[in-house]
Amino acid sequence: MAITKKQSEVLAKQVFEYAPAPESIDHVKIQPHYGLFIGGKMVAGHSKKRFPTINPANERELSEVVEADAVDVDRAVKAASKAFDEWSRLSPSRRARYIFRISRLIQERSRELAVVETMDGGKPIKESRDVDIPLSAAHFFYYAGWADKLEWAFPNRKPRPLGVAGQVIPWNFPLLMLAWKIAPALAAGNTVVLKPAETTPLSAMVFAEICMQAELPPGVVNVVTGAGKTGSLVVSHPDVQKVAFTGSTEVGKLIQRAVAGTGKHLTLELGGKAANIVFEDAPLDQAVEGIVNGIYFNQGHVCCAGSRLLVQESIAEPLLEKLKRRLSTLRLGDPLDKNTDIGAINSRAQLEKIQGLVESGLEEGAELYQPECEIPERGFWFPPSLFTNVSQSYRIAREEIFGPVLSVLTFRTPNEAVEKANNTPYGLSAGIWTDKGSRILWMAERMRAGVVWANTFNRFDPTSPFGGYKESGFGREGGVHGLLPYVELN
Amino acid sequence: MDVRKTYKLFVNGEFVRSESGRAYRPDGAVNVPRGSRKDLRDAVRAARTAFAAWSGRTAMNRGQILYRAAEMLDGRGAQFVELLGGGTRARRELDQAVETFVWYAGWTDKLSQVTGTVNPVAGPYFNFTIPEPTGVVAIVAPEDDPLAGLVRRLAPALCGGNTVVALAAESKPLPALTLAEVLATSDLPAGVVNVLSGQRKELLPWLAAHMDVNAIDAAGCTTDEIKAIEESAAGNVKRVIKVDESERSPQLIAAFMELKTVWHPIGV
Amino acid sequence: MATALSLTHLGSLMRGVRSVDEVGADERAASLAKRSIKKSSKLWALDLAIRCMDLTTLEGQDTPGKVAALCAKAVRPKAGDITIPPVAAVCVYPLRIADCVEYLRGSAVRVASVATAFPSGQSFTSIKVAETEQAVRAGAQEIDMVIDRGAFLSGDYQRVYDEVVAVKEACGEAHLKVILETGELGTYDAIRRASILSMAAGADFIKTSTGKVQPAATLPVALVMMETIRDFHRETGRAVGFKAAGGIRTAKQAIAYLVVTYETLGADWMTPERLRLGASTLLNDVLMQIDKERTGAYQSPDYFTID
Repeated sequence: MAITKKQSEVLAKQVFEYAPAPESIDHVKIQPHYGLFIGGKMVAGHSKKRFPTINPANERELSEVVEADAVDVDRAVKAASKAFDEWSRLSPSRRARYIFRISRLIQERSRELAVVETMDGGKPIKESRDVDIPLSAAHFFYYAGWADKLEWAFPNRKPRPLGVAGQVIPWNFPLLMLAWKIAPALAAGNTVVLKPAETTPLSAMVFAEICMQAELPPGVVNVVTGAGKTGSLVVSHPDVQKVAFTGSTEVGKLIQRAVAGTGKHLTLELGGKAANIVFEDAPLDQAVEGIVNGIYFNQGHVCCAGSRLLVQESIAEPLLEKLKRRLSTLRLGDPLDKNTDIGAINSRAQLEKIQGLVESGLEEGAELYQPECEIPERGFWFPPSLFTNVSQSYRIAREEIFGPVLSVLTFRTPNEAVEKANNTPYGLSAGIWTDKGSRILWMAERMRAGVVWANTFNRFDPTSPFGGYKESGFGREGGVHGLLPYVELN
Repeated sequence: MDVRKTYKLFVNGEFVRSESGRAYRPDGAVNVPRGSRKDLRDAVRAARTAFAAWSGRTAMNRGQILYRAAEMLDGRGAQFVELLGGGTRARRELDQAVETFVWYAGWTDKLSQVTGTVNPVAGPYFNFTIPEPTGVVAIVAPEDDPLAGLVRRLAPALCGGNTVVALAAESKPLPALTLAEVLATSDLPAGVVNVLSGQRKELLPWLAAHMDVNAIDAAGCTTDEIKAIEESAAGNVKRVIKVDESERSPQLIAAFMELKTVWHPIGV
Repeated sequence: MATALSLTHLGSLMRGVRSVDEVGADERAASLAKRSIKKSSKLWALDLAIRCMDLTTLEGQDTPGKVAALCAKAVRPKAGDITIPPVAAVCVYPLRIADCVEYLRGSAVRVASVATAFPSGQSFTSIKVAETEQAVRAGAQEIDMVIDRGAFLSGDYQRVYDEVVAVKEACGEAHLKVILETGELGTYDAIRRASILSMAAGADFIKTSTGKVQPAATLPVALVMMETIRDFHRETGRAVGFKAAGGIRTAKQAIAYLVVTYETLGADWMTPERLRLGASTLLNDVLMQIDKERTGAYQSPDYFTID
């Protein structure tokens, strides 16, 4: 069977580009509608308002959830307050065991959770399967171990839990952000009312089932679904002692204002506009992978995304050539396909925001590159994009796009790189690519950012504290430092 | 006949009159400059300019400078006791202030050993977390112990490498303004500490809303003031530090700090 | 056909070669290995794996009989099944070239021979050149040479370079595959340097390993070499082939190499002219997988000839 070279190329393209490998979904049961998780049970909402949650990859409705009202939130907070007495006084090793259980149950139901996460949020299954879910389980496992060791976390101090934590999380890593919030809160002896994002409530509903399976005492974790209004009810409830929020800087500021003068403890994990800085001596092929992972991971719906590429002028041309070539190998499409690199944009609203900012980039004079790629007819999609000829003053270089859009700028000297990288109100993360050890440390020291990835990007671990400088928020999640926001020290 | 001192603001290492030209008389006798929002603007600018060099000093150097401040303060003890109204209470307050400088002088080169971590991530990466100063910090001196109360927050803020804009106690500004003279002779670089006197209700809103101030310490503030500060602080997600005013701990230093986590692959 | 570059100061040039981050390369390779290829495509990929295969025997105990069996398998990998294509080449020691020429006559399967004091390369350049010339005269269409790792690791890049140039010249019309023996080079940086050195000296293919040293071919090593091929192609316009050898035993592994090739070098390299998989035991697993895909049932080795 002689195959000509031409045929071979055509075949190669078909084989490697369009081989569908969908994850099976028959083991996953999404209920047609969900109630609220209050006091250890799924209950009907006082609110009769419901809203659909859709699969952004095909715009099909997956389920319906309650838009919790003030009465619902009050019930949840009361349940959490009631549970606090017992939970905070429970022997710490018992508390640890419950959290270990949760971690194990996440592992046991990992594929189901991955599929739910991908269907509800649009992220590629390879990411939910290999990143979101394992990291969520690991996070619970890590903090479970702290529950009976708090005295060692704060030598010479007596840590005490704060009470009820009101937690509001975003749609980009629904279960992982839930884990980042709930695990340290429970380990320190607090109880929780969690409000998942409007567009991605389903994994939190599966998590509610896991709490029941783990026989977690009723009221220790409560989940109320809804949109911004429900979130603000949680945050401003007088019996909530601790507020933790991950989301946009805009909303973060509203929350900081809302809790002003209340004495509530507050931590915020907000937006970013990270610089990913590539020096001329960098390992270029790995840098390209890091750039791709930095901005196209999870469709760029990542607060610490490396959305500004700062490349040393002397290698800008070969680097961009490599990068563009690599972009052309990214597969956009069905998020449930194991080969998919770029999934669906989380919502229509987010898609429109991305489109608007890309439009502004074109108007301001930047040059847009997008690889050829087929966009599915239904659902919300945006191709991996990069802008060259970008000035520091353009909106695309200053505002968080939260989409797969990279702005490329150049620099000439390390000092200029530092200056440009820090020239932003944000300060969540930064990337540095160079072969020279002393330069890595010199740069790392100068980055006004909470997480610095040198010769890598977008790595996460439960032991590794995460959080921002400046308008990217305050407080850390992960590591021993992640306990501090959930305790009072005597 | 004694030669009286003219009290001045301390901005960018210099003793200056308020640009407003105004003064007020908290104790009845002495004129004290009534700092304006423009003085405050200048002070923040000086603090910002001084930040990179101060935070870049070695920890040991910062420790020696804080210790020097203790020496200078102790050396002028009698003057401070008098300013504080004399007697045992004043003496105790002075001793406390000296002791606070000494205590934090010894923390500069230990904080990251106590609060920094090497994190055992699941992968071939070296990962560590270190505390870093947050930047320009505003401190409001409490009215009851205008010297010791100020030093209790000033010393930990400086210890970590921040630069400071301090508001002197409105009713008893002289100890703070005189402390500025101590700091000016303690090898502290210009702009690292700036001291303003004046009326809190005039200055606090501008301080809390200033977009180039990274953190504001509210230990010396009333509940109403804290609410207003927190509302304005949201403008640039300022850290509002409410740790109890009696606190003396590495956690207090850490309250003025950010944490930076660095990842690097381990490979050949 | 490449013109050998005349390079002075090779040492400093080599030290100037861009570095490779090991962890990043390992992670990229691992993520590519997770790509899944579905049924319809798998058959094509398995077919390509056979067409790119250098069926190899490199044992002291090789005999004309052994080579005859291998050649039969190379031409018709599965008895009675004409849909299975022949492999790319049979690869043997020089003394077995004549056997190959005889048993492969009339087929499209090429004769490849290792040479240059394989596998260590620790001999005189004159002998390596002479061995190559004789191998070509005996009928080898492809020469798999080894670089002198001792010279390379001691920093004598000139010697390595000159030897490749000399052997390339001795090859004449025969294709030259240069084996880096990556398992002995220690770092990806060194692998990248050795790749550049070999390509600059005229290699038609660069090849990972002899199969006599552990570790032999690994996916990240392949990735690093292919990225270097890509850069060399960009700089010089010359397309150099890639051969993975040693340790590739399963169809799944073979497919992973195809994926890395496709993702790194593109469809242009998915052809026996630019891609080879050197293996002694891989073929049967590929055949078993083809039958599994065709029949839906997992296969038994009893139904596949051991040659």
